[in-house]
Amino acid sequence: MYKDSSRFKSFSRRVAFLGGGKVLLLSLLAGRMYQLQVIESDKYKTLADENRINLRLLPPPRGTIVDRYGRALAVNQENYRVTLVAEQVNDINTMLDTLSGIISLEDYERHRILREVRRRRGFVPVTVRENLDWRDVSRIEVNAPDLPGLSIEVGQSRQYPFAEDFAHVLGYVSAVSEKEVTGDPLLELPGFKVGKNGVERVFDLNLRGKAGNTQVEVNAVGRVIRELSRQEGQPGVDLRLTIDRDLQKLAADRLKEEKSASAVILDIHNGDVLALSSVPGFDPNEFVTGLSSKTWRRLINDPYAPLTNKAISGLYAPGSTFKMVVALAALEARIVAPDHRVFCRGHTQLGNARFHCWKRHGHGWQDMYDAHQNSCDVYFYDIAKRIGIDRIAAMATRFGLGTKTGIELPSEKGGVIPTRAWKKALIGTAWQQGETLISGIGQGFILTTPLQLAVMTARIANGGKAVLPRLIRAAEVDGKEEEPVFKDLGISKRSLDVVREGMNRVTNVQQGTAYRARISEEGMEMSGKTGTAQVRRISKAERDTRVLKNHERPWRERDHALFVGYAPSDNPRYAVSVIVEHAGGGSKVAAPIARDLLLATQKRDPANRTLAPAAAKAPAKSEEI
Amino acid sequence: MHGFAPSQRLSLGRKILQINWGLVLLITATAAVGIAMLYSAANGSWNPWATRQIARYGVGLVILITIALVDIRFWYRYAYLIYGILLVMLIAVEVVGSVGMGAQRWINLGVIKLQPSELMKVGIALALARYFHGVSAEDVRRIPYLLAPILMIGAPSALVLKQPDLGTALFLIMTGGAVFFVAGVRLWKFGLVFAAAGAAVPIAWSMLRPYQQKRIFTFLDPETDPLGAGYHILQSKIALGSGGLFGKGFMQGSQSHLNFLPEKQTDFIFTMLAEEFGMVGGLVLLGLYMLIMVYGFAISLRSRTHFGRLLAMGITSMLFLYVFINIAMVMGLIPVVGVPLPLISYGGTAMLTLMIGMGFLICTYIHRDVTISRHGGGDG
Repeated sequence: MYKDSSRFKSFSRRVAFLGGGKVLLLSLLAGRMYQLQVIESDKYKTLADENRINLRLLPPPRGTIVDRYGRALAVNQENYRVTLVAEQVNDINTMLDTLSGIISLEDYERHRILREVRRRRGFVPVTVRENLDWRDVSRIEVNAPDLPGLSIEVGQSRQYPFAEDFAHVLGYVSAVSEKEVTGDPLLELPGFKVGKNGVERVFDLNLRGKAGNTQVEVNAVGRVIRELSRQEGQPGVDLRLTIDRDLQKLAADRLKEEKSASAVILDIHNGDVLALSSVPGFDPNEFVTGLSSKTWRRLINDPYAPLTNKAISGLYAPGSTFKMVVALAALEARIVAPDHRVFCRGHTQLGNARFHCWKRHGHGWQDMYDAHQNSCDVYFYDIAKRIGIDRIAAMATRFGLGTKTGIELPSEKGGVIPTRAWKKALIGTAWQQGETLISGIGQGFILTTPLQLAVMTARIANGGKAVLPRLIRAAEVDGKEEEPVFKDLGISKRSLDVVREGMNRVTNVQQGTAYRARISEEGMEMSGKTGTAQVRRISKAERDTRVLKNHERPWRERDHALFVGYAPSDNPRYAVSVIVEHAGGGSKVAAPIARDLLLATQKRDPANRTLAPAAAKAPAKSEEI
Repeated sequence: MHGFAPSQRLSLGRKILQINWGLVLLITATAAVGIAMLYSAANGSWNPWATRQIARYGVGLVILITIALVDIRFWYRYAYLIYGILLVMLIAVEVVGSVGMGAQRWINLGVIKLQPSELMKVGIALALARYFHGVSAEDVRRIPYLLAPILMIGAPSALVLKQPDLGTALFLIMTGGAVFFVAGVRLWKFGLVFAAAGAAVPIAWSMLRPYQQKRIFTFLDPETDPLGAGYHILQSKIALGSGGLFGKGFMQGSQSHLNFLPEKQTDFIFTMLAEEFGMVGGLVLLGLYMLIMVYGFAISLRSRTHFGRLLAMGITSMLFLYVFINIAMVMGLIPVVGVPLPLISYGGTAMLTLMIGMGFLICTYIHRDVTISRHGGGDG
């Protein structure tokens, strides 16, 4: 009995210990509950919401682009695309193998998919293929059990119904590249596209709009249970261009008859670009879905440079189209008068050097009107020598040559208008007088773009107003609708009249260089100037025997054909410039194109379509004369 | 030894009256909480868990009362036999056990899948209680007398470890350890065992399966791999913590119902309860368990046989270990070891084990005045 009671004493002591220990441990649990559920509760509540609430972006529809009459140029089309969530796929390569058995996947698509999968976080869907047709959609849906992580989504894709005809103006949208990721979450959306060229690029932010978002409750495997809230985004702004869809198409079709050419049509008063075309073009729709490397190689190796917008980045010697600037410089400097006469015997001598006229046996006596009409080189050698390069350069600059016009397009080039200082700084040698002579006929260092030549022509035609080209009216972007007021260049009407009369004779006098490309419709007559830009030096030996005809030379060595002009002659409204690369003489190739374009432009003018509106508008127009 | 026993033999009717109905009520209340949680876990449906759990509880209650009504001397007499049968079943698991949950733990008896390692928790309590009942206070301090009980713990633990089920093996050792402790084994010997265990850690580590090693790593720093191995613990803490003081309401636990919480009907059911009823709900459940344990302590101290005292302490310690390990695990205090929450988690064997244990507890209470001599064979 004693023993059992002592044993019980020891037992109950131990039980007390054990009980105390258990109470202590259970208190620890209670303490931990307090820590998690009271002290740190807010943190876990946030984490719980992050768990269950998924913020999803609602991509805004991209603004459409329309022409000056509101006709669609770039639109959004519903399309079906298949996307892939990497973290739901065990082995992406195996999955893509399975998929290529269902829809054929090209190697370049595979590379792109794998690259995007590597770059993005595992739960961000990556676009596998866009623009699926119904057959592919149903094939993928049927095989869905074998393709975990793939899903079909409805999205919008950009469409350019006129494909290559507007490629250089509109540009295109395409997948966001690595360096374009700015932190805007929109850019991380699968299949989101940004403007890469043209208007699409320059006005990308306006067209893009603001993303909306939706909060959805999801379960552990990411399935959406319900929508908690939704905030609609702001769709992109629709852009109206100054381009006239039909004129642009006409210009492209007309230029496509040549290998490589560009043209610009301007409204000389407000700078509206009615058409801006560069041929050959490319199909921007191919860029939207992703180019194959084969197509890409073909585009960049094409000798006619389809990716370059030659109207704004092609640099050409203006040739004889520059002669108006030289004449104006001489007239305004009051160094020569319009009746100044020069005898052309086919060449002129400067020291030991001989400078040739395009007409081998010369034009005889020429005044300034004749010199324009016949494009006599010797006459312009003479007046250029008299006024010097710096006066010519100053006048060229006033007419917008040698500087970017600031048109709303990327990669515009400025060109070159040489001066003494320019040559000294860039080449390091002193200016030679011979260089002044060839500058007088628009050769030598001078480089201009077709757009600049159109602007120059517009400024001559509009009475010396410093008009600048525009693709979009300001109202489209910031809502302020006001016609631009361009400052006067300060050129006397007398001098401009001389040059305009010279240009009138080019097309409207039988001896004019472009008489055969005249517009005979009454009231729509065109004035203009031909140009032939030499792209190679004609050697003495060749000149002694016989200068090779253009068609006898390889394409690359043939002259560029140029023409600038405006219409109507007596009350100008539109200016045009046309350059056909390596096509020969301006009068034969470029002038007829310019004629067709100016004629079509005038016929499309609402004021000319019917007689009644034309009459109504007549008083307003007469003020401009 | 020659003590007078006033009520050595009781009629069945008196025994039924003697059943500790307060304890039965507590057990039923706890099981009811479990059934409610299973109803919620199935998004407000009695299927697939709640109805089956009710059935199991019913069966368990019958077993509980049956065990409680059998004379404690019967259990004393057959304690070793029961232990032996369970040991044989554990060995059988090695031989014929079917694979479940990546570890061999089940014996398929056709009707139910039996998990002998769970039942062994009660088996060890029975066998050790019987053993220490026969060892005097002096002998308990002698090492030779400790070899047999160490073997009693060691053999099943080794078998369970081989399954491999580290959690249950440790559970068995700790249940046995608790009986050793109250039996009066010297404290320094526990110290020795701890030291030895500490020394064995590197060896044991190399014997662990990779998934077990990963669990321990994950426990040490769950945030490093939030979508991988640390997912369970992190999601459990998020669900618990977001429940706050009063919870989100019955069936309103967003983390549980959106399936962020894993195993919400079994091992992580406490998390769901704490998410839906908050800290208050968690403390109420903890209080229920504590009341059951208080009954256990009282029954133990009230018993006149050493066998009964030790058995009651063994069973109470088992209940405590279930509760502590499970709740500590879901709150990220200890590694995830796969111990269910007693009477609440969905699962047959655990419910059975608990009800059997509670049966022995009530049996001890009913037969509190029965005496059994040191050398077996009741005095009456």
